[in-house]
Amino acid sequence: MLTVKLFAALRERLECASLTVDATGISRVSELKQVLAARSPKWQRELSHNDVLCAVNQQLAASDMPLQAGDEVAFFPPVTGG
Amino acid sequence: MQPRIQVQTTDFELSEEYQRLRDNPACGAVVTFTGLVRELVQGNLTGMTLEHYPGMTESALTDICQQAAQRWELGSITVIHRVGSLGLNDQIVFVGVAAAHRQAAFMAAEFIMDYLKTRAPFWKQEHTTAGSYWVDAKTKDQLAAARWHTSEAEG
Repeated sequence: MLTVKLFAALRERLECASLTVDATGISRVSELKQVLAARSPKWQRELSHNDVLCAVNQQLAASDMPLQAGDEVAFFPPVTGG
Repeated sequence: MQPRIQVQTTDFELSEEYQRLRDNPACGAVVTFTGLVRELVQGNLTGMTLEHYPGMTESALTDICQQAAQRWELGSITVIHRVGSLGLNDQIVFVGVAAAHRQAAFMAAEFIMDYLKTRAPFWKQEHTTAGSYWVDAKTKDQLAAARWHTSEAEG
């Protein structure tokens, strides 16, 4: 399984903070995004924004980052701390 | 050098943080920066909520401090970032750097703030009399962080 976490505006708009996804057939972040986008048009729309950031196991990651079962993958809007 | 990293809901005391940074005879310079909750142009801010990604936040801040320590000779670094509910004029963030000389301390403090603003997983939601809004990322923050890549490329 993969653990998916969402933060801030993305979490609010998708009304979801965390979910698990079967890791079978998912080898990269881009493939996980496709599986999530298939959940509904809203997921498709929210994850297609160019500025959505991704972290794999709590490190910023690009969409070609390889994934394996047990990974924690987070999607979130650009950060605005400080 | 192990940076002091704190992510907390509670406020911090500047004088205590300064004393901690000062406590190193090899350092002749301490630079500190404090970020505050500022009123909006419209003048209708009632407060803000800061969300973060527990776990990643601490490791991202540690990583940023380690990058600073690789670029400049530093004695100690403190980064404190508050999360949760904050009111107008509250302290949000503290960055303190102690170094042998002032230039390294000034540069490292600015570098840490620029990188924190674009790489550490914090999100601000502003509460106003007209409703609550997530703050949009600013291009000028991206440009400020990008300056450090350019100077690195130029050596």
